[in-house]
Amino acid sequence: MLTFAIRRLLGLVAVLLVLSILVFLIFFATPGIDPARRMAGRNPSPETIAQIKHEFGLDRSLPVQYVLMMKKLFVTRDLISYGSQTKVIPEITSAAPVTFSLVIGAAVIWVVFSILVGLAAAVLRGTVLDPILMILALIGISVPVFWLGEVVNLFTQSRWHGFFLFSWVPPLGYTPLTQDPLKWFEGLVFPWLTLSVLYVGFYARVLRANLIETENEDYIRTARAKGISERRVLLRHNLRTSMITFVSLFGLDLGVLIGGGALLTEVVFGLPGVGLLTYNSLTGLDLPVIMTTVIYGAFFITIASALVDLLYAWLDPRVRPA
Amino acid sequence: MAVFEPEAEGIVLDAEETGGDIVGRSPWALAGRRLLRNRISLAALTLFLLIVVVSFGAPIYAHDIAHTDPFASNVTGTIKLNGKTVDVIQQGTGKLGLGETPIGPTWSSQYFLGADNQGRDVAARVLYGGRSSLIIGLSSAALACLLALLFALVAGFFGGFTDTIISRLMDLVWAFPVYLLAISLATVLLTSAHGLNLGLFTLSASSLWIPLLIIGLIYVPYVYRPIRGQVLSLREKEFVEAAIAQGAGSFRLIFREILPNVLSTVIVLLPLMIATTILTESALSYLSIGVQAPQASWGTIIQDGQALLYTRPWVAIGPGIMILLTVLALNVFGDGLRDALDPRSKVRSR
Repeated sequence: MLTFAIRRLLGLVAVLLVLSILVFLIFFATPGIDPARRMAGRNPSPETIAQIKHEFGLDRSLPVQYVLMMKKLFVTRDLISYGSQTKVIPEITSAAPVTFSLVIGAAVIWVVFSILVGLAAAVLRGTVLDPILMILALIGISVPVFWLGEVVNLFTQSRWHGFFLFSWVPPLGYTPLTQDPLKWFEGLVFPWLTLSVLYVGFYARVLRANLIETENEDYIRTARAKGISERRVLLRHNLRTSMITFVSLFGLDLGVLIGGGALLTEVVFGLPGVGLLTYNSLTGLDLPVIMTTVIYGAFFITIASALVDLLYAWLDPRVRPA
Repeated sequence: MAVFEPEAEGIVLDAEETGGDIVGRSPWALAGRRLLRNRISLAALTLFLLIVVVSFGAPIYAHDIAHTDPFASNVTGTIKLNGKTVDVIQQGTGKLGLGETPIGPTWSSQYFLGADNQGRDVAARVLYGGRSSLIIGLSSAALACLLALLFALVAGFFGGFTDTIISRLMDLVWAFPVYLLAISLATVLLTSAHGLNLGLFTLSASSLWIPLLIIGLIYVPYVYRPIRGQVLSLREKEFVEAAIAQGAGSFRLIFREILPNVLSTVIVLLPLMIATTILTESALSYLSIGVQAPQASWGTIIQDGQALLYTRPWVAIGPGIMILLTVLALNVFGDGLRDALDPRSKVRSR
């Protein structure tokens, strides 16, 4: 286990290094593009450009530029957005709780509902309900999340807002949990549901396939032969094994969503998280912010997936000597 | 001669096909028969082809039915509706008698889905947008599959150092979250005022090639991984050994012996990849880093419609329904294709 852990962590460091170099190259060394101009935002003055050139060492060699950039990002953390003249890193850390609130709430919903739908579809196999559930799951996978968000907004904010079921929905935006827990919850219910639709569909399909595959295992037959109730065979013997894929996928998807994947949901519901910050800097062409969110997001996802691997190896010894 | 493993077993798996005249039926024919029996898949394929035909007929619709130019703004225009003349952009319809609202859905030939806030025909734009979305979706999925196939054949066949280099490169792109990579590439490529200069030729910032290439490249590793694994195991099979014994060179081994055996995997992955690339394209365009004006795509029209969401919802709803139908049709068809070509379901894809 220890050798596996060390090897995985060394691999992680290598990937982080190469990822950061790749991001650096995309932003600083794409041919035919002057990085100083793009760092400066819209309509920069010549002084700003000269200052940026000096600060990022753009007149020096690429390796020096890379080291200077990484120092600004991770050591001194004083990268400045030239659009809003604010420091980038504090902006990101203050936006992070919004993203966490959104993703974690959605994760709870998608875990509960996908297990229910997956189990129901597997149990009801052979009846008409199984294909209906699977078509619904496929629709969930096929719907663009930002469009679904707009449709939800159309009905809850405008068309059916007068209807008693939706009259409690607050206007788009975010209230911090510490300020008013009830408002926090009310404001996030529909973003949570919207974000989780894709994952409910996807995980329900995966779980159903795994349940049906495990159903043919010998130990399931043994369990039945021992006279264990169907319910216990399903929940204690079959579901537990079938959850292995589910759990490993869950860790990865959670990392991807927190690291930037919730962008579209944040934009459509106006939730001021890291994703909306990235979006606003996309429309304002604020490169320092985009680069920082990309690199922090990519690092978060890579580290999360390494942790998932370690956890997985600790839980299931069979995967260790990989 | 190459042996199709899963299909060969398919003969045994399908009880109906173990009849007398089984001899001489190719694995592809068997797969085709299985697909033809799957009514839902065929319906999905028909729906997808219908959307393709209608979208590529966009110029005909715009010219002959709607009589409009979907790319020219028409803020002062009027149309005849039930014998009355109506402004395309109506003034003072807000609560305070202020502001302007584009015309809503007429459900007739002109402005079927209404107008956007520049007075352009939304229905015609949805068709034109569909054309861009489909071109990008189909081409980038094809590009991803083609590159992945090439890399996987080379890496899996030659192994060793070649394999290490290619696979590490793929791992790197894999480790990079799809949307973040697309955002980085798109911000850099789209914001250069003179477009992208690739030495031999220059792409303007509004060219469809930019989103097409970005999306095509980021999905290469997702196709590469399953195919490389298959190539690795096929290389050790007896029929490859037999071909080597006959004196076959690398070229023949790769293209005549191994390629036909991984082709079914690529074919299964293709519709699912198209579904994914269409969704990605619409998301990037919605974020304004995909298709650029004056071009339109389903994603950009949804973006346009967001400002009009509560007054003229059809601007945003229309293209979304098209995306949903297209992607759903592709996913359903992809599932059917997988069941037909790969009954033991070796390929698992999202």
